[in-house]
Amino acid sequence: LSMVRHQPEGLDQLQAQTQFTRKELQSLYRGFKNECPSGLVDEETFKTIYSQFFPQGDATTYAHFLFNAFDMDRNGSIRFEDFVLGLSVLLRGSVTEKLRWAFNLYDINKDGYITKEEMLAIMTSIYDMMGRYTLPSVRDDSPFEHVEKFFQKMDRNRDGVVTIDEFIETCQRDENIMASMQLFENVI
Amino acid sequence: MATGVAAWLPFARAAAIGWMPVANCPMPIAPRDNSRKQDELIILNVSGRRFQTWRTTLDRYPDTLLGSSEKDFFYNEETKEYFFDRDPDAFRSILNFYRTGKLHYPRHECISAYDEELTFFGIIPEIIGDCCYEEYKDRKRENLERLQDDQEENKDLKQPNLNFRETMWRAFENPHTSTLALVFYYVTGFFIAISVITNVVETVPCGTTTNQKDMPCGERYTVAFFCIDTACVMIFTVEYLLRLFAAPSRYRFMRSVMSIIDVVAILPYYIGLVMTNNEDVSGAFVTLRVFRVFRIFKFSRHSQGLRILGYTLKSCASELGFLLFSLTMAIIIFATVMFYAEKGSSSSKFTSIPASFWYTIVTMTTLGYGDMVPKTIAGKIFGSICSLSGVLVIALPVPVIVSNFSRIYHQNQRADKRRAQKKARLARIRIAKSGSANAFLQSKHNGLLNELLELTGSEEDEQKLIKSISLLKSQHHHLLRCLEKTTAHEFVDEQVYEQNCLETALQTYPSHSSSIASHDSPAVTCCGASGKKNTPLPNANLPLANPVPSHRGPLQELSALHIQSADPLSHTSSRSNLNLRTDESKRINCKSGRITTAIISLPTPPALAPDADGLHGPPQRRPPPPLGHPAAPSIQTTTSSAGTNIVKVSAL
Repeated sequence: LSMVRHQPEGLDQLQAQTQFTRKELQSLYRGFKNECPSGLVDEETFKTIYSQFFPQGDATTYAHFLFNAFDMDRNGSIRFEDFVLGLSVLLRGSVTEKLRWAFNLYDINKDGYITKEEMLAIMTSIYDMMGRYTLPSVRDDSPFEHVEKFFQKMDRNRDGVVTIDEFIETCQRDENIMASMQLFENVI
Repeated sequence: MATGVAAWLPFARAAAIGWMPVANCPMPIAPRDNSRKQDELIILNVSGRRFQTWRTTLDRYPDTLLGSSEKDFFYNEETKEYFFDRDPDAFRSILNFYRTGKLHYPRHECISAYDEELTFFGIIPEIIGDCCYEEYKDRKRENLERLQDDQEENKDLKQPNLNFRETMWRAFENPHTSTLALVFYYVTGFFIAISVITNVVETVPCGTTTNQKDMPCGERYTVAFFCIDTACVMIFTVEYLLRLFAAPSRYRFMRSVMSIIDVVAILPYYIGLVMTNNEDVSGAFVTLRVFRVFRIFKFSRHSQGLRILGYTLKSCASELGFLLFSLTMAIIIFATVMFYAEKGSSSSKFTSIPASFWYTIVTMTTLGYGDMVPKTIAGKIFGSICSLSGVLVIALPVPVIVSNFSRIYHQNQRADKRRAQKKARLARIRIAKSGSANAFLQSKHNGLLNELLELTGSEEDEQKLIKSISLLKSQHHHLLRCLEKTTAHEFVDEQVYEQNCLETALQTYPSHSSSIASHDSPAVTCCGASGKKNTPLPNANLPLANPVPSHRGPLQELSALHIQSADPLSHTSSRSNLNLRTDESKRINCKSGRITTAIISLPTPPALAPDADGLHGPPQRRPPPPLGHPAAPSIQTTTSSAGTNIVKVSAL
């Protein structure tokens, strides 16, 4: 239990920075503060929370990647501002912003390129969340196959990495992806 | 649901956008949230005292009264509040449960009143937090015992139809039940006393007769003593046989300590009877008479204190053992030292080290008989050191042991109590909340049946199947379905999985060759409409046959199975070297040996953390390809200890 406490910026500032209404911010903060009274979420707590949703599999690695995606200043804990900024992009942002966020998630070392290794790590962590009892069974190479397909689709110039432009362009052409991006509009 | 889940579900759903670019199929439609009203304050009027809280706070636990639509029954239209005619003091802790996720037991509250409140509001008591759970259980047990005692007294008065055997057994165990039992009790006690006194008096010199020598009374009045002894043994034998006859479980009775004492008490007599004529073994016969002193232990049936003493000795055996051990060490050391110190002096009594043992013991216990004394200076010095240290070695542990007696005695009882409580309590929590993964599978196959029925018509059947699941649950299920679609695999039950394993093992084992066919199959089941109809149908039939997968298997207990990494090296190489595709890649998940599935150690949600074992460390899993990112766990072959992991259930 850390003794560090964090107070978020004022409601007005957050309202300006994000796309949430005042009431939404209030309700978000109440939930956040209830779970994390100190105002900060560290990685372990985050993994705990996220793993609750996937009881059959192991969600901790994916939670780790998610944590890094939310923790923008990389200081090891998510403050309410990070939380709410991330949510604002995911729920109220434009499709391009969402795609950017996804790219940022996949790009583990944040160098602007998604390599096969990074994608494989992400894919493996997603498959881990499925757990053992799946139909058909998750094979050893399932993540790898999936990554191959992904790269075939996304990597236009076949240079082994996916850049942000390739990513956004390809996603915008895919109807399925564009449709699914709008899926969680009304979550809050 | 745990507080964490409810509050963070929107976040988890938002984060699911991260899967979208990776998925190859369209996602299922999200459940609509028709109640778009903002979070509002609810007023709960409990016997005049008004509590206010947010609606979402109450919605955290949808299977309780306040969290479900059951509270609508208590809604008062005129005052726009929910009125409950209950105790407002107890309601405080109940409302705090919703707020903090922890249920506390207020100590000033009566246990049965509190229990009633919990039952009324639909909260299971096992959720009570660690801080208050022991107190709660203790009070509950006391209460139960009190009620039971009352019941038993009533029961004793009216027991018309026990058969003869049971009556006898009850008479033996509780002498107060009838006059006859009491008489029997006192008679046996009397004869035990007689027997013991006889044994003692037998050896007293009785005064001289015409012979010069003093004879012990036993030899003088042989016949009298023999008669008394016979009478006592008769009584004891009869008693033993009667107890044996009346015992509900003869085998258990014969193994019990008291019956062994009984047998040991009467056996020497019979052995003596058999063997009196033989001169050679008469020496042994005399020795056997020593065992007659064990009759004194028969008093422990008559004395509760003796029984408690025996029990505490038994439970302090380790402390006593340690004392004995340290004493032995000290004795040996000092005996050796004294022996070598006294070796020089002439006519020394310290003839050998074992002979010095006697001196050491007598000195260390500060007895000091004086039959052996050191004569050399060195011997005297070491002798004094010996006696000083003897005081320390003996005097010090004794109070510790005495206090240990009471502490260990109480602690033993409490530890057993707590262990039994913990198991039962966690089992109940697990059973009550084990629907999580099942709920999803159930709703899935309900959804599939819905689709099926849509095709085949029949509106009524469809209506029957549509259950009202809470919005939270349907959102959570939608999230899990999105994950299924992303990875193009489905969550299944353990049984289905095992079956599938068998089938595929039989099928694909001979044919390793065609990789493409096996790769396409996931895609077919995911996106192909025709394929989808075929595969779920057999699945739907199976769960129908066993509608409720009962409590078994790791699925319900939510812990994955052990890692068996038979060959980690080759596995690592096939992972990191992406270009090198070996045949290992075709290995199916269910064949043990190559596959490393992760240990799922689910840390408990804060609301339901029953014990303070803490979170497991980062679970063991496949090594990610070398990336240099901070968390790089390595393969570890460990098995999840079923005992501890079963506990950590995340309840949804």
